[in-house]
Amino acid sequence: MTEIPEHLLKRAQAAREKAAGGDAGGAQAGGDRIPDQLLDRTKAASDGAAAVVASAPAGGGVPVGAGPGGHTQRLLTVVKSGSIQEAKAAPVDKVHTWPHLLAVEFVAALACTAFLFVFSWVVNAPLLQAADFNKTPNPSKAPWYFLGLQELLTMFHPMIAGVTLPGMGLIALILAPYLDRNASNKPEDRKFMTSMMTMFLMFWAVLTIIGSFFRGPGFNFTFPWRDGIFFEL
Amino acid sequence: MAKVLDNPRPTAKERLAKIGEQMQGSQAWNSIFRPGSIFRKGYTDSPRNRSYVIMNSVLYHLHPVKVKRHAVKVSYTLCLGGLSFFLFILLTVTGIFLMFFYRPTGANAWQDIQTLQTSVTFGLLVRNMHRWGAHLMVLSVFLHMARVFYHGAYKPPREFNWVIGVILLTLTLLLSFTGYLLPWDQLALWAVTVGTNMMGYSPLVGNQVRFVLLGGVEIGSETLLRWYVLHVIMFPFIIIIFMAIHFWRVRKDGGISGPL
Ligand code: HEM
Repeated sequence: MTEIPEHLLKRAQAAREKAAGGDAGGAQAGGDRIPDQLLDRTKAASDGAAAVVASAPAGGGVPVGAGPGGHTQRLLTVVKSGSIQEAKAAPVDKVHTWPHLLAVEFVAALACTAFLFVFSWVVNAPLLQAADFNKTPNPSKAPWYFLGLQELLTMFHPMIAGVTLPGMGLIALILAPYLDRNASNKPEDRKFMTSMMTMFLMFWAVLTIIGSFFRGPGFNFTFPWRDGIFFEL
Repeated sequence: MAKVLDNPRPTAKERLAKIGEQMQGSQAWNSIFRPGSIFRKGYTDSPRNRSYVIMNSVLYHLHPVKVKRHAVKVSYTLCLGGLSFFLFILLTVTGIFLMFFYRPTGANAWQDIQTLQTSVTFGLLVRNMHRWGAHLMVLSVFLHMARVFYHGAYKPPREFNWVIGVILLTLTLLLSFTGYLLPWDQLALWAVTVGTNMMGYSPLVGNQVRFVLLGGVEIGSETLLRWYVLHVIMFPFIIIIFMAIHFWRVRKDGGISGPL
């Protein structure tokens, strides 16, 4: 059983005494708790109900004291705490969303807008010659986030580089939470997973960088400092 | 006469205050702001009013009244999820602007962009913001995923939100890629040619999917219209739905993970 704190017990005791004392005094003062007209109304209602019960066909002994309409059932439920409400085991250290979180979000949004604004003021987006089906630029490159894939295409059969490997990567990414059975989120307990991910990300980053900056005409290997950069955003 | 002397003309400040009072007492005002809104009651800093700011405004759809203390540290989330969302909003705003000046046909598209840049007020700036914002969003979604991974924030009960995240990543890439074609310049045409050629290698359905996406065997005016519709309506529509689920799950899964 949970302990009931001392001060609550005291308060309950005081309230009980007050109620007992108040009743004695109150009854003399004319029953101040429930107004007379309400008591009368209740009495009239129960008389009416009794009359209904009394005049009900002799179906057989409706118990005295049945509710309106002759209902005899009572609803009594015990709701355990925790069955419909979650009992928090330990209080969590929380702060108000306003101003603590909203202020941070506002500043971040403002900084992001400012950065994008200034960058767009200074650097223009590329617009090359109008599309021409008869002039294939050399090299032709995919957008930067696909250059890792394009780079893979130089190494493997298209079926493997374009479908199998990226497909497996995507599926591994989706399944990651279900494959990683380790429940801890402490970095020191997750050395295997973090090194796997880091290797995967590095591998991908290196491919993308090679595809972006080290591939020239014919998608052949070049050095950007020797032959220039063949890359557009 | 005496009355006038007793009541000197109200100053401008008093009149303003009176108008403000009348406005705040009007039915229109009270129909706009819910009971308890700080725009009804005014705001003085108190714990209760801090709660009301969220609880009695539309913000309640995005944030709970209180969050874990460590969750508001910038060093934990690096704001990356929030910034991905904010960039999406910026891209929507700038994108709507661009739509006023762009026709997705082989004959008009490139010329429309050219005209936008040279003869529309702020046209070049807004196009730049849309383009750089798109690259930035791809980057921030990537980094957001990495931060979630390194925090082990995909572990139960957040596994499914991670899956939704992968869908969001895919949709972000698709949004960026479909937008890439729209300027209809040499860069757009050939980058998309290379990109969609990769798709043709998929077994069984690769070529059919490619055909449907391109509206033919090769890229052309039909492709432009299709990708335009995908880019301005369909993918944004889908990504908004998944973002809504994503944000809802962040809250239902107990707020931000951690602390480590
Ligand atoms: C359009 C792209 C996305 C948007 C707008 C977005 C937005 C957000 C936001 C606002 C949060 C709250 C915490 C934070 O800011 O870090 C969040 C959390 C989360 N996101 Fe994303 N997200 C996106 C993509 C992704 C991706 C690609 C993944 C993973 C593959 C992902 C997985 C998660 C997970 C697991 C959480 C819970 C993290 C925690 O509790 O610490 N999200 N996301």
